[in-house]
Amino acid sequence: MSIIHPGAIDCDIHPAVPNLQALLPYMTDYWRDTVVQRGIDALESISYPVNAPITARPDWKPEKGRAGSDLERLRREALIPFGTSTAICNCLYGVHLLFSEDMALGYAQAVNDWIAKEWLDREPKLRASIVVPLQNPELAVEEIERLAADKRFVQVLVPVMGEMPLGKRIYWPIWAAAERHGLALCIHAGSSYRHSVTGIGWTSYYTEDYASNAQAFQAQVTSLICEGVFSKFPNLKVVLAESGFTWLPAHLWRLTKFWRGLRMEIPWVDRTPAEIARENIRLTLQPVDGPPSAGAFERLMEHMQSDELLLFSTDYPHWQFDGDEVLPPGLSSELARKIMVDNPRNTYSRLTETVT
Amino acid sequence: MSVDVLERPVAKKAQPAKIAVADCDIHPSPKSVEKEIYPFLEKRWQRHLETYGMIGRQGQQFGPAYPKGQPDASRRDAYPPNGGRPGSDLQFMREQHLDPNNVQLGILNPLRGGQALQNLDFAEAYCRAVNDWQIAEWTSKEPRLKASVVVPYEDGALSAREIERRAGDPNFAQVLLLSRTGEPIGQRRYWPIYEAAAEAGFPVAVHAFGYGGNAVTGSGWPTYYIEEMVGHAQCSQTGLTSMVMEGIFERFPKLKVILVEAGFAWLPSLAWRLDKLYMRMRDETPHLKRLPSEYIREHVWLTTQPMEEPEVREHLLDTIEWIGWDRLLFATDYPHWDFDDPAYALPVRVDAARRRQFFFENALKVYGLDK
Repeated sequence: MSIIHPGAIDCDIHPAVPNLQALLPYMTDYWRDTVVQRGIDALESISYPVNAPITARPDWKPEKGRAGSDLERLRREALIPFGTSTAICNCLYGVHLLFSEDMALGYAQAVNDWIAKEWLDREPKLRASIVVPLQNPELAVEEIERLAADKRFVQVLVPVMGEMPLGKRIYWPIWAAAERHGLALCIHAGSSYRHSVTGIGWTSYYTEDYASNAQAFQAQVTSLICEGVFSKFPNLKVVLAESGFTWLPAHLWRLTKFWRGLRMEIPWVDRTPAEIARENIRLTLQPVDGPPSAGAFERLMEHMQSDELLLFSTDYPHWQFDGDEVLPPGLSSELARKIMVDNPRNTYSRLTETVT
Repeated sequence: MSVDVLERPVAKKAQPAKIAVADCDIHPSPKSVEKEIYPFLEKRWQRHLETYGMIGRQGQQFGPAYPKGQPDASRRDAYPPNGGRPGSDLQFMREQHLDPNNVQLGILNPLRGGQALQNLDFAEAYCRAVNDWQIAEWTSKEPRLKASVVVPYEDGALSAREIERRAGDPNFAQVLLLSRTGEPIGQRRYWPIYEAAAEAGFPVAVHAFGYGGNAVTGSGWPTYYIEEMVGHAQCSQTGLTSMVMEGIFERFPKLKVILVEAGFAWLPSLAWRLDKLYMRMRDETPHLKRLPSEYIREHVWLTTQPMEEPEVREHLLDTIEWIGWDRLLFATDYPHWDFDDPAYALPVRVDAARRRQFFFENALKVYGLDK
């Protein structure tokens, strides 16, 4: 940890909605009544079973209630130990699980207003992502427009597994709105479970479910690039969060090879997928699915072909590392500084703008 | 991999490779189903085929769900001069591929073997016919070629029966499944296949392809053929994850699995991820006794085509080092368009011993042909 750099920007922390009651004050009368009348439960996704080891690091887990639901603890456990100057809140409440588009908007608005009031207003180091009802692109754009003026929202948040691959044109109005407002698009681990998490059906074990996020991220990189999202929106930055990153080089080798053979199918992709990825795609640091040795890790970082791709993250309160070992062995001090400070600043234009 | 056909309009013979080659992925086709498959198919199923066709879990009656980049996904120069589909003429295959590339062992992987037909009785009958056909038209005529036991893999018991029928038959080298199964391929409905294969001493090859009915990504159906193609690597990663986490290597310790045409460079990252998750949550899979990476290192092989091509070629050496030089099996995918030529497949120079392993010896070992 000696190479921790002051002013670190943590690009993936997870404040948790403690319970559904906490959101009620932020809902419209109609949705508040609906929740009460219909006896709707909290929107907790099976992507993070409440007591699963990944969901909460043992020493970050409160005796009662949800890990990540207490600001004071978050300051003490996530911000202070890593010298964090800014941390981006990705609230993983299960809005994406809903089938009703209107209900999804109702919940998304509540989550966003809750995070602004309960977290951003109380801790100036925090920034947040706009939760959008991806179930309906028009409503998603509406929610972005509603919040865009608040510069503390730095990106749009969607799960890596939804109804359709994210490059598809039906989603483009959302990406257009993000680009227009200088918001990044953050694709985070987790599924809306419209499909099995693997391309070959539903898994037996949670371990497989969680592991499969990496393959889902690979598929989304393929989709975004092949559909031409970055040809259409060259200024859009896509941040893959809690994605793992060690799969990226091999995936780009394969994708670039197939692009050479099949580019006639996607003529708008006018550069190699590897070049496009280096320009427009970033990945958060944790989890590090890395090799056991520092030497191999250094080789792997060379395979990345760029020192600008990784963004510091603790993934608080998820259990990805122990103690303060957030940086993998084999990272040079120079690269650590880029990951912790420079790369996040260059990714999120809103971080360098004055917050009013 | 190239589609630049204009500059090479004439069928060209490959340059002789200097060393012996085992090609672990060759795709044979019948000249015509009526002529070559019917002799092994009961009249009832011939009529069924003519009346209802081959119904699987995709909507197209005749073509693939995603139109390929080339007719029949094949090299333009692989059409036999006497007619028929690419890969349907043994003599032409010898002249164009086996002889000039010094292929001393070729593994036949029939992709339209009826493996995943919805009607399981039909699937069983058709697979059996395809297995008989491989002997009659290929392996009995060409000793360099070995067949794959194709099985109706969505039914474990029927598949085991076919594997048992072929056990001990030197015409066959392995059992062949397709990667896009109806459920994760390590799940217990498929265990009879692994049990029978391990018992018979056949490796189980899982070739990229097939239609299991699931959207091919966890986020639905992609738009383009290139996405479907690239996506085979993701499907195979989740398939291998399933095999490891379900514990099939613990349950069937003699089992060997060969992943075919799904890439290989993704393996180290996947193994590191699975090890880490297993250590975090080992109470969920107490049937596992070792790290996922250890099962993989001991039980899994991968064919090389299509070779991943890093911008800095030497990077691939790190990756192969992490996987193990003894785990890769060279393959060309003849007669398909993304054929890897043995003269150019390895992007960097490696010493002669490793070349022999890579192109030949690993295959002999995994198939037990080195004894």
